[in-house]
Amino acid sequence: MAEKLLEIKNLNTSFRIRDDYYAAVDDVSLTVNKNEVLAIVGESGCGKSALAFSIMGLHNRTKMEGEILFKGENIVNISPSKLNKLRGKSMGMIFQDPLTALNPLMIIGDQIGEALLLHNKELSKTKRKEKVIDLLNKVGIPRAEHVYEQFPHELSGGMRQRVVIATAIANEPELLIADEPTTALDVTIQSQILDLIKDLKEDMNSGVVLITHDLGVVAEMADRVAVMYAGQLVEIADVHTLFEEPLHPYTKSLFNSVPNANEEQEKLHVIQGIVPSLQNLPRTGCRFAARIPWIDASQHEEHPELHEVKPGHFVRCSCYKHFHFPEESKEEQHHGIS
Amino acid sequence: MWKFSVRRIMIMIPQLFVLSVLIFVLAKMMPGDALSGQIDPNIDPARIEEIRQEMGWYDPWHEQYARWIGGVIQWDFGQSFRFKMPVTELMGQRIENSFWLSLVTLIFTYLIAIPLGITSGRYNDTLRDSLITGYSYLGFATPIFIFALVMLWVFGFQLGWFPTSGSVTPGLVPGTFDYFVSKVYHLILPALSMALITTYSTIQYLRNEIIDTKQKDFILLARAKGASESRVYNRHIFRNSLLPIAAFFGFEITTLIGGSIFIENIFGYPGMGQLLIESISLRDYSVVTATTLLFGMAAVLGALLSDIILSIVDPRIRIK
Repeated sequence: MAEKLLEIKNLNTSFRIRDDYYAAVDDVSLTVNKNEVLAIVGESGCGKSALAFSIMGLHNRTKMEGEILFKGENIVNISPSKLNKLRGKSMGMIFQDPLTALNPLMIIGDQIGEALLLHNKELSKTKRKEKVIDLLNKVGIPRAEHVYEQFPHELSGGMRQRVVIATAIANEPELLIADEPTTALDVTIQSQILDLIKDLKEDMNSGVVLITHDLGVVAEMADRVAVMYAGQLVEIADVHTLFEEPLHPYTKSLFNSVPNANEEQEKLHVIQGIVPSLQNLPRTGCRFAARIPWIDASQHEEHPELHEVKPGHFVRCSCYKHFHFPEESKEEQHHGIS
Repeated sequence: MWKFSVRRIMIMIPQLFVLSVLIFVLAKMMPGDALSGQIDPNIDPARIEEIRQEMGWYDPWHEQYARWIGGVIQWDFGQSFRFKMPVTELMGQRIENSFWLSLVTLIFTYLIAIPLGITSGRYNDTLRDSLITGYSYLGFATPIFIFALVMLWVFGFQLGWFPTSGSVTPGLVPGTFDYFVSKVYHLILPALSMALITTYSTIQYLRNEIIDTKQKDFILLARAKGASESRVYNRHIFRNSLLPIAAFFGFEITTLIGGSIFIENIFGYPGMGQLLIESISLRDYSVVTATTLLFGMAAVLGALLSDIILSIVDPRIRIK
């Protein structure tokens, strides 16, 4: 049943800072199957978006190594014209901020129509307009004929995100990449947009890469989850396993940080420290070690590998075996000092 | 669109009123008058006083202003002391000359700025960009009157490619083809001298705007749709980057007026700028106020024009 659509093998994407390259995506291997939602989770600055942009080939002035096999064909460093035939046709992307993702000087109809025009030159103007209006209806925009002639600034954020989605799905792509599609929207609109993405996925039988830092979104949408920290994958599992039995300290910490309405809590649990910047990333050892200093250094691997603990469940580094949260009183003390 | 334009034009009326009052008061505040230096010193000072009385020099300023503005509205700027002819008649040909000089300068400015700005913005931080930026800093740092003198010396006197003064070869009949060619020929060197210097601001504006626009999300979206690099530039980046250039257009006209005062004097080009400078030094009030008012009107009109252009290209500005 599981048919491989996208297979990433040992992908490295490095940004140039002055004269050196720093890997923002470090040795990532992943697969996405047809009709599957793979969620990529992590804090800001973990390389999630860098990974999404790598798949779409949207980076410039970066170095990419490894393989991204899309339907068996390696699309890393292919020619721009070949890439342009895939982008928008077989791969669509939904962006984070719908307020800036639309050209302010073009009417909505032309912006969606452009995606059709670029991949189907024969389509007549009237046919194209019909199709755009169909798409607008499909993504749940009322009065589509009217919206067709409108400019982005005349629409609300939620409507604009629907337009972005309509653009992404115009050519019924096999792969849909959604880069935090609901981060910039308010909560009521969020679930509508997520439902829409889910329905469209079912319709088109396509694979979805959903990038988010919201575990609620993951629970609602994902089939499988990949947790990313500091450019590396630290845990991969199907959504049930991950929610019931998270293993990696980072995954556990993420779950622990979700506020719980049922419990009376004095304060929110937070993960100490921040994601290290690209230049300051430790390139050896467990990258999460610095944020769980109460775990003894000997518990980490020297060169942490992904271990398959159960079929389909991968965890990096052996520190998960010995991980525990710091004792409440100890944490209190720590906070008192700082 | 029409509502916006009409409203925008209505705003001009108070602007022009304030402008005219300012110009009139400032001109009045200049020391001396046409009688103090221009009249035969053998004439009895009492007689000069009498003439001043007669001409209304001692009337309250607002009465003088009312007299003046009443005439201006009917396109009558009074008499020139120096030329002993109506100012309107005096300016007629010069307005036309200055208009053509400004227009050709504008065309040269954009012909230089648009390709250079686009290249510089698209290939930023490359050798090409550095060269273009270097040129625009050079233009920024060079005083226009020095540059114009050098151009005049090199191309006018040393090489003899262009005429060194005037706006047309004497003796040609207006309306003939030769007359037209001669006019254009006389325009090129002053216009080019001015354009080469004043274009730097437009180049830099365009460059920065392109660099700014090409990092925007909607450019990524255009790429994600599968648009080729040239389409991304032509359809998405370029048009969005032109907005500030349109907004800048009104200001460009003001710079042009300032520049033309130097240029016309250096190239002996009979336009409004030359007339202004001559009239100021000779205290020819009616001409000074008339030319300054027209320059001011040109600046106000330039701002109006850039607002209207902006409202055409940017849908967000169309006020309902």
